[in-house]
Amino acid sequence: MSELFWILLSAMVINNFTLTLFLGLCPFMGVSSRVATGLRMGAANIFVLVLTSISAWVLNTYVLADAPYLRLISFIVVIASLVQIVEMTIKKVSPTLFRELGIYLPLITTNCAILGLAIFQTSRGYGFLQGFAFALGAGLGLTLALVLMASIREQTELADVPAIARGTALVLIIAGSLSLAFMGFAGLLSAG
Amino acid sequence: MKKTTPAADFARGLWRENPVLIQMLGLCPTLAVTNTVANSIAMSLATLFVLVASSFLVSSVKRLVPNQVRISTYVLIIATFVTIADLSLEALVPTIHKALGAFVPLIVVNCIILGRQEAFASRNPVGRSVLDALGMGIGFTLTLLLMGGIREVLGNGSLLGFRLFGPRYEPWIIMILPPGGFLTLGFILLTYAWWRGRAAAAARTRELAARTRAPAAAAARAKAVS
Repeated sequence: MSELFWILLSAMVINNFTLTLFLGLCPFMGVSSRVATGLRMGAANIFVLVLTSISAWVLNTYVLADAPYLRLISFIVVIASLVQIVEMTIKKVSPTLFRELGIYLPLITTNCAILGLAIFQTSRGYGFLQGFAFALGAGLGLTLALVLMASIREQTELADVPAIARGTALVLIIAGSLSLAFMGFAGLLSAG
Repeated sequence: MKKTTPAADFARGLWRENPVLIQMLGLCPTLAVTNTVANSIAMSLATLFVLVASSFLVSSVKRLVPNQVRISTYVLIIATFVTIADLSLEALVPTIHKALGAFVPLIVVNCIILGRQEAFASRNPVGRSVLDALGMGIGFTLTLLLMGGIREVLGNGSLLGFRLFGPRYEPWIIMILPPGGFLTLGFILLTYAWWRGRAAAAARTRELAARTRAPAAAAARAKAVS
């Protein structure tokens, strides 16, 4: 149990996907201007990450043992089609939920974080439960980073920022400072 | 789409539409693997290979691919070439392959590659698509080398492994750690915006000067005639 907790915590803050592994930067730059949007994006991400983790585990265990060179191709095809199916199901079953999350789902499929999770999970040899904890932690970490970023950006909108620093440059420098703060968590694992 | 010359297809990616600095694509590898110049070179060569090979193939088969499944087809083509690049790197330079880790397979989701297939290779002849891919790939390489150079020199005091400064140099460790990636790219963009702002201001001043000079010259001419 404590192992699962550490996997979750480590994916969430110590090796935060966005701020220390640079995965999922597109939504981090693109949809981090409002906290509410960031939260929804984060929730959709958690959902897709968990789905990915499960399908990667199934593929690794039952299909790819004999053909490891097909890993990349099959991950991409399976994850993309799965997300598409889920998107259609949500649209049919709950239009409200679709309006809240659905528009982000296709965006997420082409996100580095999703494929990155599947690859990391494979290279670390995680089992089903470990993979689940890893995906949950990674998703929570992404949400945390998105919400932090969005709340800082909401503040900078009213601030007197020099004209040349507006836009991406400012976002990158804020992200650098956030990443610096997250480096502080690095000692957590060895201390614990 | 405007007609362009082959030279323009090639040159576009180098500077005017540089994939990283202008279009803000492919940020994930740009920030993640540029802590040394050697890693930057391996990463950008792998990306260049995948980009050129996919553009070639996509452009060759563009008439055979039904419109509805085109994106999935492109992704499959790209994934195939990435697998080739991944296995080749593992066989040729195992240490660098290990340092790059998961970021070689992640070339598949590099938006630059899919972006070029959708925006250019799928509607242009083979030769021009390859030129466009080469230009974009080299533009990406230059940016990665710039990032890798800055980060390795400041963060490690070396370039390609050779020590540049004496033993008294205290390296800025932070530059080779993740925050250094964000900060370096942030400051490169700041410098670029500052430079472009100055260029725009200079152009405005020239134009204003030309406009104020023109009536004065006309008046002088009128006076000379009378």
